[in-house]
Amino acid sequence: MEKWYLMTVVVLIGLTVRWTVSLNSYSGAGKPPMFGDYEAQRHWQEITFNLPIKQWYFNSSDNNLQYWGLDYPPLTAYHSLLCAHVAKFINPDWIALHTSRGYESQAHKLFMRTTVLIADLLIYIPAVVLYCCCLKEISTKKKIANALCILLYPGLILIDYGHFQYNSVSLGFALWGVLGVSYDWDLLGSLAFCLALNYKQMELYHSLPFFCFLLGKCFKKGLKGKGFALLLKLACTVAGSFILCWLPFFTDKEQTLQVLRRLFPVDRGLFEDKVANVWCSFSVFLKIKDILPRDIQIIISFCFTFLSLLPACVKLILQPSPKGFKFTLVGCALSFFLFSFQVHEKSILLVSLPVCLVLNEIPFMSTWFLLVSTFSMLPLLLKDGLLLPSLVTVMAFFIACATCFSIFEKICEEELQLKSFSISVRKYLPSFTFLPRIIQYLFFLSVITMALLTLMTITLDPPQKLPDLFSVLVCFVSCLNFLFFLVYFNIIIMWDSKTERNQKKVN
Amino acid sequence: MAALGIAAGSANWFTALALGVTLLKCLLIPTYHSTDFEVHRNWLAITHNLPISQWYYEATSEWTLDYPPFFAWFEYALSHVAKYFDPEMLKVHNLNYSSSRTLLFQRFSVIFTDALFVYAVYECCKCIEGRKSDGSVRWNSFSFVRVTSLGLVVFLVTALSLGPFLALNQLPQIFSRLFPFKRGLCHAYWAPNFWALYNVLDKVLSVIGLQLKLLDPSKIPKASMTSGLVQEFQHVVLPSVTPLATFVCTLMAVLPSVFCLWFKPQGPRGFLRCLILCALSSFLFGWHVHEKAILLAILPLSLLSVEKADDASIFLILTTTGHFSLFPLLFTAPELPIKILLMLLFTIYSISSLKTLFRKEKPLFNWMETFYLLGLGPLEICCEFLFPFTSWKLKYPFIPLLLTSVYCAVGITYSWLKLYVSVLTGPPVGKTKKK
Repeated sequence: MEKWYLMTVVVLIGLTVRWTVSLNSYSGAGKPPMFGDYEAQRHWQEITFNLPIKQWYFNSSDNNLQYWGLDYPPLTAYHSLLCAHVAKFINPDWIALHTSRGYESQAHKLFMRTTVLIADLLIYIPAVVLYCCCLKEISTKKKIANALCILLYPGLILIDYGHFQYNSVSLGFALWGVLGVSYDWDLLGSLAFCLALNYKQMELYHSLPFFCFLLGKCFKKGLKGKGFALLLKLACTVAGSFILCWLPFFTDKEQTLQVLRRLFPVDRGLFEDKVANVWCSFSVFLKIKDILPRDIQIIISFCFTFLSLLPACVKLILQPSPKGFKFTLVGCALSFFLFSFQVHEKSILLVSLPVCLVLNEIPFMSTWFLLVSTFSMLPLLLKDGLLLPSLVTVMAFFIACATCFSIFEKICEEELQLKSFSISVRKYLPSFTFLPRIIQYLFFLSVITMALLTLMTITLDPPQKLPDLFSVLVCFVSCLNFLFFLVYFNIIIMWDSKTERNQKKVN
Repeated sequence: MAALGIAAGSANWFTALALGVTLLKCLLIPTYHSTDFEVHRNWLAITHNLPISQWYYEATSEWTLDYPPFFAWFEYALSHVAKYFDPEMLKVHNLNYSSSRTLLFQRFSVIFTDALFVYAVYECCKCIEGRKSDGSVRWNSFSFVRVTSLGLVVFLVTALSLGPFLALNQLPQIFSRLFPFKRGLCHAYWAPNFWALYNVLDKVLSVIGLQLKLLDPSKIPKASMTSGLVQEFQHVVLPSVTPLATFVCTLMAVLPSVFCLWFKPQGPRGFLRCLILCALSSFLFGWHVHEKAILLAILPLSLLSVEKADDASIFLILTTTGHFSLFPLLFTAPELPIKILLMLLFTIYSISSLKTLFRKEKPLFNWMETFYLLGLGPLEICCEFLFPFTSWKLKYPFIPLLLTSVYCAVGITYSWLKLYVSVLTGPPVGKTKKK
């Protein structure tokens, strides 16, 4: 593409922001005995390097599962092993069995941060660049602006480079999957998504839209001919990639079961800690965790999740389209986040990625959502000592989006993709023209509430009787926002029709 | 909302860029800081607590006040804000005090006062875009009134600055603080100027002389030439350089461009060019020059770079080598990616955009210049990634500094010569600048 140098500059900006954020503290820094996610990753390097594969997921004297036992699928373990080999080369003390527990040093921090940067640079960033370059019907400048905004999304930067995680690997693979599947490279796309799934099991949030989209494509091609062939090939690809990743763990049934037990800890309850989903917010009024038995909780959560995502998925099977696919990814992931079992606040990133992908279609709403998603993680970020980078990256992201997309000029029915919905409502309620105005007011309300809560959390101490007051308020407010977005995105999906798309092309 | 949108849209890219750069500066708050941090904390303490008569005599800390009085007043003003962040930093005896609040205050003071720079850039950009006219200034008509009023302004400002100290009979003390000739010819990190090349030549000749038995080994001083706090040192083969010698060299280097400005005026751009040449000449031939001083030449040249292809070419060489020469100042590992990323960012953007701007004219660089600029990459890899793992690191730790300094000195001297040639051979411009 022309203006490749501008894209290079955008990537360099993204890398600079990432590295400067990584100079700050990480989760559990200087907090024995458990420390945090940073220590967990270091510990996994220690375990995978020193112990044979058979012992990675099992409790033993050398591998105490209570102390950050492996609870991600095998690809994470292999990645940790790779990092461990590099660590051994630089300083074996970092991964020495038992003695390296709680190891903290400036050099080690540099090493760990570098591993995150390299993984990001190899997987996530190229996917974003390629995605933006492949967008259709957009000028080169807009593509570059889009890449800038996606790369500046604060949530992912703060969690990966601040708190310390490797979300960019799984999200990057998922994005490669979206790319492949959207541009008819179905086999490669599903392979990439399987890799994502085998890196973090939370990618299951995205699995239904992938399944429905590919199924819809098969139906479209005709189940008696090409469609069936495609279905078979996809099944083989998925099965093959799973077998390849899990090969060492398929040797005996107990291994496989143990890994599954570590990945899906159903004993742990409806939710843990504070998270901006419906169950946690509902428990402010009614402690469902204590009232209902475990099995009922699982069933209720299952029902709500699937009922909320069913319409969009069915529509995707019947009318598969790349645009519908992206929006369904958003809707599905959001449904899972809001209603599912054992959701962690970081899982909002699984919703943020698809929203980043639709940034150029509905810039105003996407920017709003991405700001709320970062805000919902505020208690976590404050606990990690990431206040300054959070404020700075959020402001930078907002300025970038506001400038690149002129978001405040795009709040009419057409830009919000609510035209067909509004027309349908106007059949019964002719005066229904105020939707954009309501959305504007809601936006202001939301931003003011978030700003106030942030200010309060930073400056004030919570009252003694309610020590978690601010965290709960943050979760509650975020949850309300997310419910609104769930409704909004589902409206777009359900009212998105071919005629509307054709009309846009004609215009 | 639409009105807000339109206003936001036309508040435009400049505001977004200025805010973006400011936010990037905020992200750099937890990064490395040099001893200059303690220097400025000390000056805050001195100006806050002591009467003016003590400011240039105070020597509790080794970092004595060595900027002119307006800077001291600036620190005094800052100190009144500092006391709300952490009053402990204002205690003179709190040497090397650096709480997190102190760090925050210092960083924010830099970021905040940069607003002046941002505003200046904004005004300059308006000039370049042609929205502002140059004014019908007559450059070759001598006006007694004009000269007197200029002289009066300069006198008043200087009087305001030095007046109180003149009254206290402290001018010699101030002079000795501002111009410490007891420091060596070169700063500890060897600014990439003429004297760096001179030093290297002297060293090379002395080594050759020793090998060919032309020199007596017992007569050669062992003192290293790199320390900045050492007394004047002797060169071995070439004649030693005194402060007076550097002054004469600088004057000789500056005079041709000044004469050109007097007798062959080229309008405001000619003035700017002369300014840049003076800054560069002082950098190349001055006494105890710090590498930071290259910025005094780079920044004004950036204004000219968007108007003429030749200036763009000189600017790109100067800015790339100038920025690269600053790398040794940031020697810590966490900052290594930052300096490389920022350098790449700026270099790629400036070269590509200027190339696009002047695509219809001849290429910006000839093969020699391209080769030279590309050579910076391998040089960086050698100095920062390969050298630390070799056996020479312990025996000759200064080699990366030396190599960087010499390599950049070549580029900077080349830019200086090229700019001089363009000024001396450029056509004189008429009375008013046509637009």
